[in-house]
Amino acid sequence: MSVLTYIESSNGKIKKNSFELASYSCELAKLLNTDVVALTINSEDVNELSNYGITKIIKVNNDSLNKFKASTFADVISKAVNHTNSNYIVLSSSLDSKYLAPLLAAGINAAYVNNVIGLPSSLAPFTIKRTAFTNKAFSDSSINSDKTIIGLSSNSFGLIENSVQSEIEELNVEVENSDLTVNSSEKVSGQISIADADIVVSAGRGMKGPENWNLIEDLAGTLGAATACSKPVSDMGWRPHSEHVGQTGKPVATNLYIAIGISGAIQHLAGINSSKIKVVINNDPEAPFFKAADYGVIGDAFDVVPRLNEKLKEFKAQNS
Amino acid sequence: MKILVCISHVPDTTSKINFTDGDTKFDTQGVQFVINPNDEFGLTRAMWLKEKQGASIDVINVGNSSSEPTLRKALAIGADKAIRIDADPLDGYFVAKQISEYVKTSSYDLIIAGRESIDYNGAMVPGLIAGFLKINYVTNCTKLEIDNEKVELDREIDGGKETLNCTLPLIIGGQKGLVEESDLRIPNMRGIMQARQKPLEVLEAFDCSSNTKTIKFYKPEPKQAVKLVSADNLDELINLLHNEAKVL
Ligand SMILES: Cc1cc2nc3c(=O)[nH]c(=O)nc-3n(C[C@H](O)[C@H](O)[C@H](O)COP(=O)(O)OP(=O)(O)OC[C@H]3O[C@@H](n4cnc5c(N)ncnc54)[C@H](O)[C@@H]3O)c2cc1C
Ligand SMILES: Nc1ncnc2c1ncn2[C@@H]1O[C@H](COP(=O)(O)O)[C@@H](O)[C@H]1O
Repeated sequence: MSVLTYIESSNGKIKKNSFELASYSCELAKLLNTDVVALTINSEDVNELSNYGITKIIKVNNDSLNKFKASTFADVISKAVNHTNSNYIVLSSSLDSKYLAPLLAAGINAAYVNNVIGLPSSLAPFTIKRTAFTNKAFSDSSINSDKTIIGLSSNSFGLIENSVQSEIEELNVEVENSDLTVNSSEKVSGQISIADADIVVSAGRGMKGPENWNLIEDLAGTLGAATACSKPVSDMGWRPHSEHVGQTGKPVATNLYIAIGISGAIQHLAGINSSKIKVVINNDPEAPFFKAADYGVIGDAFDVVPRLNEKLKEFKAQNS
Repeated sequence: MKILVCISHVPDTTSKINFTDGDTKFDTQGVQFVINPNDEFGLTRAMWLKEKQGASIDVINVGNSSSEPTLRKALAIGADKAIRIDADPLDGYFVAKQISEYVKTSSYDLIIAGRESIDYNGAMVPGLIAGFLKINYVTNCTKLEIDNEKVELDREIDGGKETLNCTLPLIIGGQKGLVEESDLRIPNMRGIMQARQKPLEVLEAFDCSSNTKTIKFYKPEPKQAVKLVSADNLDELINLLHNEAKVL
C-alpha cells in the first residue's frame, strides 16, 4: 500500500501546483502510515520534489506521451498504481487531471472525490471534506472502496517544506492508442492562465467596453496576475470565453482575487468564493460584492485602477 | 444517428443552499429545480444535430419522480423520448453505472452529458461512463461537429483550447461554447403540449451500490465585514494586502 501522486509537467518542467500536491500527499501518507510515491510523465528535472518530502519518484519518459491525452495518461497512471500497489492516488484540480480522473477511476475500480480541501478527518471510514454546491457549501464524504482517487482543490492545503533524499525509478510502459487524436492546442502565450495564477484581476460590465481593458491588463501585468471577467463581459465578446469565471464559467481558487466593476451576483461569487482574499473596487457602495469581499474600495474604476497600478509598481520596486 | 442526453436535475443557480435532517440532506423547500446549465447547452447542440442531420434524441435522468418536470421540459424543448431510472442518485459512480447499464441495452452513437453538475460538482459521470463502456470521451467540450462518422471537437484547456478528432461512439462533457447562451431554447406552448404526448419511460434501477457517501453538509462560516479603504488612501490597501493578508 502507498500513496501515489501524479505530478503534471508542461514542456518537461513540472508544474507549479506540484509542490502543494507533494506536500499534501506526504502528510496523507504519514496519517496512513505508509510511503509516498510521485509519478512524473515526460519531466526532465524532478529533483525539486525532494524539497517537499517525496522519497520516491517514478519517471515515465516516452515520446508518444508528449501530447496530453486523457485515456493514455489514465492508462499510464493505472500501470503505476499497480506497480506501486497504491491505494490512494492524489491528483491536482487542473482541467487535464479532472479530465483523466474518472477514466482512471473506472480503470482501476476506485472511488473518486474531487474538490477536496483537506486531509481526511477519519481513516475508518475514510472521510474527507470537499466543497459542494459550487462553493456555497462543504460536505464530508466517506469512501467505501479499496482504492480512492483524491482531486485536491488548488491553494487549499499549502506547502510543507521537508528536504529528503529521493530515489528515482524509470518505468517503461507500453502506451496504448485509441482513434481519438489531439490535433493542435492554442495557448494564449505569454499570459498566465487562471488555473496557474496566484493573483487574478477580474473585471465586469463596470469597465464600459473592451477598449478600457488596458487598465486591467496593466494592473495584472504589474501583479504578475491572470486576467478574468464576468459572464456578460464574455457574452458580449469584450473578452474571450476562457476568461469567464463563475458558477457557469471557470472556478477560481487563488490567493488574491481583485474584482473591478463587478456587481457580485450570486452566480459570479459561487465560482470565485474559494479564493483566499477578495478585493472589490466598485463605485456603488450597495454592490453585493462588498458583502463577500475582505477589502473594498468605493470609487470609480477609471480613477482608482490606474493610481493603484502606479502605487503597486512603486511597492514592487521597493520590495523586490 | 441516435443521441442520448444526460440530464441532471439541479437547484437553480440563485437558490439559497440549506440543509435538513441534521445537515445530512439538501433542503429542497422553496427551491426551484432546473436542467443543469451544462446539460442545457448539450441539449440545444443535440437539437441542432436533429434539425440538420435528422438525429433522434433521448434524454435520461437517474432520479426519483421529482425530476419528471425537468425531463418534461427537455421533451418540450424537443427531445423525442425521456427515460427516468427510478433511484436516488446516490453518487456519481452510482449514476454512471445506471446510465452505462441502460446504454448497453440500447446503443447510442453519441452521448452528451455536462462537464459537471452545479449541485454536487462531481465532474465524473461522463468520464466514468466512458471508462465503463470503453468509448471515446472529451470533456470541457466547447465545439462538436459531426460529419458522417467523423467528429471534430474543441476542448477548453487551462489557458486556451485544443482541437480533437475521433469517431463515434463518443461521450462528451459539454459546457458553454457548445452553443451560446442566446441559442438556448425556451419551450414554447406547442412544445409543451407535444411533450405531454411523448413517452417518459420509468425503468427500475440496476442493482449496485455507491462508493462514496455524503455524511454531513456544512455552510461556510459567516464572513467578517469588509474592510473599506478610502479611494484616496490606496497605500493603505497595499499595506493591508502586504502585512495583514500577506498576499503581496
Ligand atoms: C444561469 C446563470 C448563470 C450565470 N453564471 C454566471 C457566471 O458563471 N459568472 C458570472 O460572472 N455571472 C454569471 N451569471 C450572471 C450574473 O447573474 C450577473 O448578471 C453577472 O455576474 C453581472 O456581471 P457584472 O457584475 O459584470 O455586471 P453588472 O451586474 O452590470 O455590474 C456592473 C458593476 O460595475 C459597477 N460599476 C459601474 N461603473 C463603474 C465604475 N466606473 N467604476 C467602478 N464600478 C463601476 C456597478 O456599480 C455594478 O456593480 C449567471 C446568470 C445566470 C442566470
Ligand atoms: N442523476 C443524473 N441523471 C442523469 N444524468 C446525470 C445525473 N447526474 C449527473 N448527470 C450527468 O453527468 C454530468 C456531470 O455530472 P457530475 O459528474 O455529477 O458533475 C451532468 O452534467 C449530467 O449530464
